[in-house]
Amino acid sequence: MSPTAFLAAAAAVAVAVFVAATTVGNEYVYFAGYTVLQYIVLATAWNILGGYTGYVNFGSAGFFAIGAYTTVVIYKTLQLPLLVAIPLCGLTTAILGLGMGYLTLRLRGVFFAIATLAMAIVLHTLIVNWPFVGGARGVYIIRPRDVAFFDGYMQFLFAVMLALAVIAVWIARLVERSRLGRGLAAIRDDELAAECAGVPTLKLKLISTTLSGFLMGVAGAPFPYYVTYVDPNGAFNLAYAVNSIAMPLIGGMTSWAGPLIGAILLGTLQQVATVTISSALSLLIVGVLLVLFVTLAPNGLVGLFAALSQRRRHG
Amino acid sequence: MEFPLDLLLNAIVAGILLGGFYAAVSVGLSISFGMLDIVNIAHPAFIILGAFVAYLANTTIGADPIVTTVVLSPAFFALGAAIYQVYYLSFEKRGHESLRSLAFFFGLMFITEVSLLLVFGVDYRTVQAAYIGPSLALGGVGLPLRLFVPCLVSIAMVVLLQVFLQKTFTGRCILAVAQNQVALQLMGADPIRIRRIAFGLSIATAAIAGAFLITIQPVEPSIGRDYIGRVFAVCVLGGMGSLPGTLLAAVILGVAESFTATFYGPSWAPAVSFGILLLTLACRPAGLLGR
Repeated sequence: MSPTAFLAAAAAVAVAVFVAATTVGNEYVYFAGYTVLQYIVLATAWNILGGYTGYVNFGSAGFFAIGAYTTVVIYKTLQLPLLVAIPLCGLTTAILGLGMGYLTLRLRGVFFAIATLAMAIVLHTLIVNWPFVGGARGVYIIRPRDVAFFDGYMQFLFAVMLALAVIAVWIARLVERSRLGRGLAAIRDDELAAECAGVPTLKLKLISTTLSGFLMGVAGAPFPYYVTYVDPNGAFNLAYAVNSIAMPLIGGMTSWAGPLIGAILLGTLQQVATVTISSALSLLIVGVLLVLFVTLAPNGLVGLFAALSQRRRHG
Repeated sequence: MEFPLDLLLNAIVAGILLGGFYAAVSVGLSISFGMLDIVNIAHPAFIILGAFVAYLANTTIGADPIVTTVVLSPAFFALGAAIYQVYYLSFEKRGHESLRSLAFFFGLMFITEVSLLLVFGVDYRTVQAAYIGPSLALGGVGLPLRLFVPCLVSIAMVVLLQVFLQKTFTGRCILAVAQNQVALQLMGADPIRIRRIAFGLSIATAAIAGAFLITIQPVEPSIGRDYIGRVFAVCVLGGMGSLPGTLLAAVILGVAESFTATFYGPSWAPAVSFGILLLTLACRPAGLLGR
């Protein structure tokens, strides 16, 4: 399927999802759906660096929060509409991602992962000590009363996130099947060998971290309007970091479908568990599933399906 | 900015005491990360687990928190050995370790934290002991016993571990497994068993450090995150796998944090460790006393 055809198909699916959501006739569908879609964007973004390139980013929550706080800054200064703010948020975190990319010059593997964790905490501390965006107290955002073409603001946010999810998955598939994606896979398998074979590793890694950072910031951009109250502990929540790692790992990390499947399954499961049991328990489920999958099914659901179909073919 | 002398002295003393405690917190990671190459991000989670075990023993039967965890350390040793067994079977044996084992420990950390949260809730918990509260005064410099006692026990623990590593056969095997696994096998020691023992030790020290933590400050389940940066900063700054380096780096971090908290405010303190970590990684990845 060509990229354009894929985009058209994904958009058609998105429209179908939107129409299906409107028929439910309950605001909560948008509320819960938004979270799942947000995780699709986050997990896909993480996978571009983690799954394709093999660099573990523990700082997803940091990128997400910086995206959200960029919206807060824009809201308090320029007061641009959300749709204009989203690319700007992405730009901020893309620059952050580029900076993180330069870390890979000196830090490989484990040290890179720890450095990303460090970066998230440093950013957290900066935001806590910055009174303009509310500091540790947090900040309130007032939603516009209504938007054109949509039945309420929550529906609008849902549609925005749906569009972002389509774009994120499309970009991931584009990267995966391009020269860029093959270069990244070469880095993942053996960085030294890739360098020797003439792969411009630094350039590709920088593209990968920048792109991943951009998408994470985009995922966080509508967050202030979604919760209407942003505080550092909510925006830098460890749950974002855990989920954006768990979802691709559970789905499967080598293809665009993995994070998508992982995010839909795990995101829905968490929503259901939060409503029926408790939110702490739903997080526990994610942790347990993550540990089970990495120990028992290292290639995720996609890997399991592939192994099953292969076994069937061979009788 | 002007630094009043007694404030300066107090900050230094508090920093050194804090540093002694940080040594206990990080020494386990120096063993698992520095010597065994196992990136146990869940290390702080086991510290918190130890803190809550001490809390339980203290509130139910009034046991001393530090004594409790020292007595129970064989149980934590066994827990560590069991975790290493799972780690060995799922990652080391299969060969592809780094990325997935990171996620494994990340998941373990998350599970421990959320489980403690479910059992104990988000309230801050404290313990009772004779040495919590009183403070010695040495000419204007306060020496709070709740920091002093953990600091002393912690230094004793690090020294004991160092002696164990250098004088006993098992200890020397642990040092050897960090260098050359095959050569160790030729010497007639089973590297898997040695690594299991070493990882068990690292978790046992984490639990004892947890008792120090709950004597020093009130504890709630998610507090462990603040220690991820600290333990890795100390471990990397000290030089991977060097216990004297760990002690030195812990004191440096303690003093740096105490200065920041005294002169700029406590809300900046978490950034200190990560600042040190990023600087070390960028400038001297081998650490102070690294090989």
